[in-house]
Formats: sequence, structure tokens, C-alpha cells
Amino acid sequence: MKARITVTLKTGVLDPQGKAIEAALKSLGIAGIEGVRQGKVFDLEVAAADSASAQETLKAACEKLLANTVVENYAIEIA
Amino acid sequence: MHAAIVVFPGSNREADVARALRLSGAKVSMVWHADTALPAGTDLAVLPGGFSYGDYLRCGAIAGRAAAMDAVRAHAARGGLVLGICNGFQILCESGLLPGVLMRNVDRRFICHRQTLRVERTDTRFARAYTAGQVIDVCVAHGEGNYFADPDTIARIEGEGRVAFRYCDEAGQTTIAANRNGSLNSIAGIYSEKANVLGMMPHPENFVEGLIGGTDGRGLFESLAA
Repeated sequence: MKARITVTLKTGVLDPQGKAIEAALKSLGIAGIEGVRQGKVFDLEVAAADSASAQETLKAACEKLLANTVVENYAIEIA
Repeated sequence: MHAAIVVFPGSNREADVARALRLSGAKVSMVWHADTALPAGTDLAVLPGGFSYGDYLRCGAIAGRAAAMDAVRAHAARGGLVLGICNGFQILCESGLLPGVLMRNVDRRFICHRQTLRVERTDTRFARAYTAGQVIDVCVAHGEGNYFADPDTIARIEGEGRVAFRYCDEAGQTTIAANRNGSLNSIAGIYSEKANVLGMMPHPENFVEGLIGGTDGRGLFESLAA
């Protein structure tokens, strides 16, 4: 089955890249954007019998490698 | 002193740190990241600077989970010495051997310049050749050296006296201007609980010979080799 993992910075963690993107959007004349936080998206193919076991596999992937939980949160979506 | 330098795909400072160690009298061997053991008799494991795995995912994230890191973790658990410089510090944080994380520099720029550091502790195997509060002149070269940890972790590190070096000006003052990557509390390097693991962003191995421009990095290698 297909899954998508989204990794985002925790609230309060400084995101210099997000700030740079926000400034670039402003300089392009795109008004009304009050904040940008950059994250990562992983699209995965999971071989699992059911979504509960896929969930377990993906959680391990996030905890062990895909996210650094000191500064990042992750969200798992299974299609 | 037998030092084993762990080389990852993308490491590029292993020869410099080997030279610095040998100048101080250490015997040096190289260990490939896929090796599952350190050479018998290893006193010190070194994670050199560079761009392991091209900094993919996060700096040090993939190297931190390499096979050789299990051997480094076991070595550290036995009380063995571990030194991580620059990318090596990032790898130590990613591998769980040191707390916190090195984030993108606050001004988003790769910084590469001479940097003065204040030596915070001299009662360790890494810094005993320095004097307390000594200001040393070394170099930094990194894009992700902005030390970050949650407030409880920072309080614990500070409370336990685990800060090894802080970015400072020439007078030893930890000013905002001297802390160019934006690290919390101007932290340039930290020790593990038992001070047998040291991670630091600056490069002491750059300055071990007068011909190159400075010798203040030598104290660290002399501390280790003594």
C-alpha cells in the first residue's frame, strides 16, 4: 500500500529556511502570507497485510530515521 | 594512544585529524563505516568532518545509523573515548550519543572563518592541556552548526557542566557577534555524562602547526595522547 509521511519542525524551533522563503514570497509581491515553515514529504510503498501493521512499520521508520524527534514532528497517512 | 577514525562516504577531514593525532604521538587506523568492529586496543574513536552521505535527510542522520556506529556506541558504553568534529558532532547527536541537534545556521550561510573559543573545562581527557577559561584560536566551517536542544536538556547540560567550549570573542566574552551560527548558550562543543564523548563544531585539527597559521588546536590532541 502507499503511504505518505510528512515531517515538520516543532513549534518554537527556529526555521531559517522557512523565513527565507517567506521573504522571497514577499519580494515576489505575493501578499498575505504571514508565516512559512518548511518540512519534508516521503512517499513510501509498504508491503503490509493491513493498515495497522503498515502503521507500525511506518512509525518505526519515523522514530528511527525519518524524523529527528528532538526538533521534528511526523504525520503518517496511509492511502 | 590508539585512535580509530571512522570514515563514511563523504567524510573529507579524516587525513587532517589523522595528521593531528600522529603529531601528538597517537597511532592511527582508519575504519570503514560498514565495518562492525573497531580495531582491538582502540582507545579513541574519531568521527571526522565532512559531508557524510551528502548531508542527505539531515546532517549526520544516515551515518549515525551506520554499522560502525554500533561499535562506536559499544566503545563509548565501555567508557572508551569518542571525539566527533563538525560532521562528527552532527553524527554523535543523530546517533543518540550526545543530546540535542545541529540546526541550519541562523543566518542560513555556510560559515568558514577563524573562531575563538573559551575552554569551559580542563578536567577531561580532551582538554587537560588547556587552562581553565583559556581562549583558543581555531577554525569553523559549517552550514549546520546551530546547537539546539529543548530547555530541559539545556538546563541539564549546563547543570552538569557538560559544555566543553563556547564561541567567544578574543577577550573570552560570549557575545552574540561571536556566536555566528546562533547556537543556544554559544555552545560550540559538549561532553557526554561521563565526559568520555566530546562533540564539537570547530576544527582543532586545522591549527596544529605554525606553518598553517596557528597551533591552538594542538592542546586537544596532546590532551588525548598524553
